[in-house]
Amino acid sequence: MLWLISLLLLTVMASMVRVVVGPTRADRLLAIQLFGTAGTAVLLMMAYLWGQPALIDAALIIALLAAVITSALVQFLRREHHD
Amino acid sequence: MIEFTAILAWPFLLAGAFFFIAGTLGVLRFPDIYSRLHAVTKADTLGLGLTVIGLGLLSGSLRTTLLMILVWLLVMASGATACQLLARYERERPQVEDENGGR
Amino acid sequence: MAVVDWVYDGLLALLVLGLAAGALYSLSLYRAVVFYIALGLVLALVWARLGAPDLALAEAAIGAGLTGVLLLSALKHQPNKARLMGWPWLPGLTGIAILLLLIMMVKAVWGLPQGMAAVGQAALLAVPESGVEHPVTAVLLNFRAWDTLLEVLVVLLALLALRQLTLPDETFPDAWPLLLAWSRLLAPLSLLLGIYLLWRGADAPGGAFQSGALIAAGLLMLRLVGLSPALPWSRFGVRLSILIGPTIFLLAAMATASLGAGWLAFPPDWSKALILLIEVAATTSIAISLALLVGSDSRELNQ
Repeated sequence: MLWLISLLLLTVMASMVRVVVGPTRADRLLAIQLFGTAGTAVLLMMAYLWGQPALIDAALIIALLAAVITSALVQFLRREHHD
Repeated sequence: MIEFTAILAWPFLLAGAFFFIAGTLGVLRFPDIYSRLHAVTKADTLGLGLTVIGLGLLSGSLRTTLLMILVWLLVMASGATACQLLARYERERPQVEDENGGR
Repeated sequence: MAVVDWVYDGLLALLVLGLAAGALYSLSLYRAVVFYIALGLVLALVWARLGAPDLALAEAAIGAGLTGVLLLSALKHQPNKARLMGWPWLPGLTGIAILLLLIMMVKAVWGLPQGMAAVGQAALLAVPESGVEHPVTAVLLNFRAWDTLLEVLVVLLALLALRQLTLPDETFPDAWPLLLAWSRLLAPLSLLLGIYLLWRGADAPGGAFQSGALIAAGLLMLRLVGLSPALPWSRFGVRLSILIGPTIFLLAAMATASLGAGWLAFPPDWSKALILLIEVAATTSIAISLALLVGSDSRELNQ
């Protein structure tokens, strides 16, 4: 199970490249969405592995916040074009 | 019985990891933003779903499984919406802007 | 430790360092903010790894969520390129200072005894008398309630300081119908989760700050898409809900100081009710203050 978690962390690390090279702002926001999904999976696995049900709540919150952040940031970014 | 579900769970967990890898590969290799959007919001969400099924089988507790399914539903809705929002943002963006300038 | 533990911990550490470097050294501020948000998400994983789900929740809600949105809303008022500081000797000096700090920290950590410290055990033994079952809540609101009181005051001070500034006008474009529908779903969900976290705080990880941050995120979402107006400072209810947390906290402190055993030393029979009251009041204040900090109404301020 821990190997699986490490594998997921590795995929997260690889997708950091997309934040660096972009090229568009949407690409970088997309990376946040990816971090949110993969982070949720990692937290759920940790919750099972160490028997800590509280981490499922943490996963729920990360999922919710990733959704809020992406939507809020799109709205912030659009604002700049409307000036 | 427990052992049986544990054996059943591993294919799901491995398939979940496979889709996460596929999603990341898509993000790294796909040529434009629209196809990359698909890679993250679809492959990764499916990966999470398979992981949730696997973990639910392993845990054997109905409450935990339902909670995890709730998380998955949220991520699914969020992924689908984020995909649409980002694609619309990208289409609306003034295309004259220099791709690498000032960002 | 097996090999896999090393691999796993090493990956987490590398990820944190990489994201931190990205946040610090990105030449574009937008990129730095994205790195910073991702760093918050990964830090939550690190806290989960260290067995501190309370901190994982707080880091995810405040570190990644709210601070990220705050930074992005500040980005609008900044020039797009990050400027390098004018002092060429500064990086070297900072490097030396950090190196010294690192040496000191390593020496301090090296000397720590393995296992749980005596203070931790004393605190765990006293948890049943605190009125709540969850050790972290017991520490935060009973044993070390002083710290929490000051934290609540810090949020209030930040808000008051912000009100002294003149901010440029904030207008948002009309949201797409999709975004409207999505925030109609997200906002109640964050409110629900916030209340759930507050409720769970008595016997499981959760608490006023995490819950307040989630509720603030919900309020902010409504504000960004134009479903709700900015919270007006002129409204009595808004000011009341900002002040109610610190007020109730201070009243409890004064009451225990003059009638009971001492400043914030709760009598055991009352402590459960008192802690619950303080938590609810503090959550209200934190939620409204954080929402105002990020999405304050500048037109009203500029009048």
